[in-house]
Amino acid sequence: MSAAEDRATTAAGPTVPSWPAFVLGMMTSDKGTAMSKDDKIGAAKHVTPHLDQLEGGPWPSFVTGLKRLRDSKGKQYAPMMNDLLGQLEHSYTNRLGYWKGGTVSVFGYGGGIIPRFSEVADKFPASKEFHTLRVQPPAGYHYSTEVLRKLCDIWEEHGSGLIAFHGQSGDIMFQGCTTENTQKAFDALNEIGFDLGGAGPALRTSTSCVGHARCEMSCYDEVKAHRSVLNKFVDEIHRPALPYKFKFKFSGCGNDCVNAIHRADFAVIGTWRDDMKVDQEEVKAYVGAVGRKYAIDHVIAMCPTRALSLNDDNTLEVDNKACVRCMHCLNVMPKALRPGDDKGASILVGGKRALKVGDLMGTMMVPFMRLQTEEDYEALVELAGKMLEFFGENALEHERIGETIDRIGLPAFLEAVGIEPDPNMVRHPRTSCYVRTDDFTEEAEKYFERKKFERAAKKPPVAKAAE
Amino acid sequence: MSQAKAAETKVTPRRPKETGVPDPFPYMHPLLKKNYGKWAWHDRPRPGVLHHVAESGDEVWTVRAGTQRQMDVYTIRKLCDIGDRFAEGHVRFTTRSNIEFMVSSFDKVPALIQNLQAEGFPVGGTGNSVSMISHTQGWLHCDIPGTDASGVVKSLMDMLHTEFVKEEMPNRVRITTSCCQVNCGGQGDIAINVQYTKPPRINHDLVANVCERPAVVARCPVAAIRPAMVNGKPSLEVDEKKCVCCGACYPPCPPMQINGPDSTKLAIWVGGKHSNARSRPTFHKLVVANLPNNPPRWPEVEEVVRKILYAYKKNAKDWERMGEWIERIGWPRFFELTELAFTKHHLDTWVGARHTMNMSAHVHF
Repeated sequence: MSAAEDRATTAAGPTVPSWPAFVLGMMTSDKGTAMSKDDKIGAAKHVTPHLDQLEGGPWPSFVTGLKRLRDSKGKQYAPMMNDLLGQLEHSYTNRLGYWKGGTVSVFGYGGGIIPRFSEVADKFPASKEFHTLRVQPPAGYHYSTEVLRKLCDIWEEHGSGLIAFHGQSGDIMFQGCTTENTQKAFDALNEIGFDLGGAGPALRTSTSCVGHARCEMSCYDEVKAHRSVLNKFVDEIHRPALPYKFKFKFSGCGNDCVNAIHRADFAVIGTWRDDMKVDQEEVKAYVGAVGRKYAIDHVIAMCPTRALSLNDDNTLEVDNKACVRCMHCLNVMPKALRPGDDKGASILVGGKRALKVGDLMGTMMVPFMRLQTEEDYEALVELAGKMLEFFGENALEHERIGETIDRIGLPAFLEAVGIEPDPNMVRHPRTSCYVRTDDFTEEAEKYFERKKFERAAKKPPVAKAAE
Repeated sequence: MSQAKAAETKVTPRRPKETGVPDPFPYMHPLLKKNYGKWAWHDRPRPGVLHHVAESGDEVWTVRAGTQRQMDVYTIRKLCDIGDRFAEGHVRFTTRSNIEFMVSSFDKVPALIQNLQAEGFPVGGTGNSVSMISHTQGWLHCDIPGTDASGVVKSLMDMLHTEFVKEEMPNRVRITTSCCQVNCGGQGDIAINVQYTKPPRINHDLVANVCERPAVVARCPVAAIRPAMVNGKPSLEVDEKKCVCCGACYPPCPPMQINGPDSTKLAIWVGGKHSNARSRPTFHKLVVANLPNNPPRWPEVEEVVRKILYAYKKNAKDWERMGEWIERIGWPRFFELTELAFTKHHLDTWVGARHTMNMSAHVHF
């Protein structure tokens, strides 16, 4: 059976449209739902032969969890979870999805709720509305058991009892809420200090790695950067008004544990610009333990820029000018090697996945931004604001900032946001001769001026206000 | 409701407190808070356990356990009970939905591990292991899914459980799944992603009322969609010779159904890497397409993943990620070792394809 046919047979008559959100929005004001809160599971439990096969095996089973919710006697969500299991089994049988979007929001906000209306509500009425609340997690995903229990209590009262820690957006996903209860659930969550995340063409929820809280590789205060940037532009999260989504992600070092370069429009990757710290006694201990051959093959030879050399006495020689802060040797010898003291971050801009021009990785935009003082963090927020403003004003509808940069060219983008060209931005200079260079000499003079200024200030290039 | 009536019934909607990202410090383990930004080094006493030492000399042990991500409140409360009884009441989650319990003494670690395992939570996911699969929504909640997410992840993690609880891989292995070509699961050493194989089937009765047609036309990466009158109604048509079956038109125009029970297939990609360690970050590359979308356990996918994973485990050098291993041995050897086919579909045809070709006389024999 095709999806269209299936929809035709399951639609409850000519008045039920297959898709339009606005029509569904009106439908949800109907009071005649099949079950009220006080109903026990009116219908018999749906049989779920496919899903049952996902209860065995050593990994924790989400199906067992869904059944626990279904079987919770007297809970308002039990009927909803029975029908949810029914619909999911229906998907497993027909190999098709049966949710569609719509418009649901909470008072004062334009985004943050992912509306889901069932296309097979006639078969599974109790889960006909199954919206998700995207809720921003504490930076670094830290929780006390106390606050987790509060989140559970709220969701048990107003929602389905199903929570995902966390979605790919970084949000806590409170999955499964009726339209009516969405506001109540949000109010309760908001009262204990949680706020909705982003959805649609808006600033999105961000993530940051564990960083400073428990990692010696961390090169800046991720919590401070994450909260300073996101909370400055909270309006852009709650009221979608951008051409398309915009994501910040914060990783404390080049290991990029939150996958920022691939997944963020604006990736903040920790780094340092002085020499890495070497504890030669620990290096010797490491080499002693694994042997010289292993150390040479797996540490020295794996350095991407040939910046390492193992001395005859098993100490390490580091060419810090050649080192690109890739993190490999630090990862392998965490007791012996550490980042330097002059710490900050690199900013890469433009990461995204396939739609529409194909995958883009973030590319280097600011090779080093010191992140040590209050002023440094203010400069980060200022740069973030400038990027958002540029994006809001110049991107086409449904265009990510990486695509905008490709469309207009990096030189035009740099000029717009007030960043000077830097050789760290490229793998190599252009190979195409199709360029007009009649002001090359003036540009070169500007470069030498900048270098002079940087040397004087002992400060590598950082973003300057474009005015 | 009219304004007057609203005033009459005294409806005063609650204004949201726009607090944004919550402050994590009230929830953070006291030792993490105390030594914030002042950690010296770490090691791993056993798989699933991290030991961090601060400059102050304070030590903290972290026990990491796998979860099903989509958790019912009973599961979460069970984890909280374990956290209260055997840890110190503070947890965190990793990017890949593992839960971490922090304790201030190594003495507490064995009981914590034992209780997590007794309750069915595998302890592992650290170091050079196969960690939890990055998880999307699928049939459970997405509006455009070609397959399920939780079920695929559960099936694969049942198989990968032995590698989650050990640290015996050459380097860490990050697996992702995605239920459509939007690829919310992201890049992975191994990525299992829906790959559509047929152009959208259009319900022309609905297009005019549901879809903003110019926006849909603009969404197509290969300009295969154009406005058309069909059966006297304004609709859209697809040039099926141009169509690359990406599904980009489906979200803005649901009557352009891209999914079909038999035409929605799964493809496997390898060599994606987020980290900058050694080599630069990379995108994953196609190795197999057209695997059946076969719930509830997707055995064909499992078989290919197993082949790739164990070829890597057996042949890669320590610290080589999947993509780095393949770069060393070459793609011919990769296809040999994994017993997979190399076809014309592996030759990129998108913008920049030339840069993916071998522009040299370097050949692997």
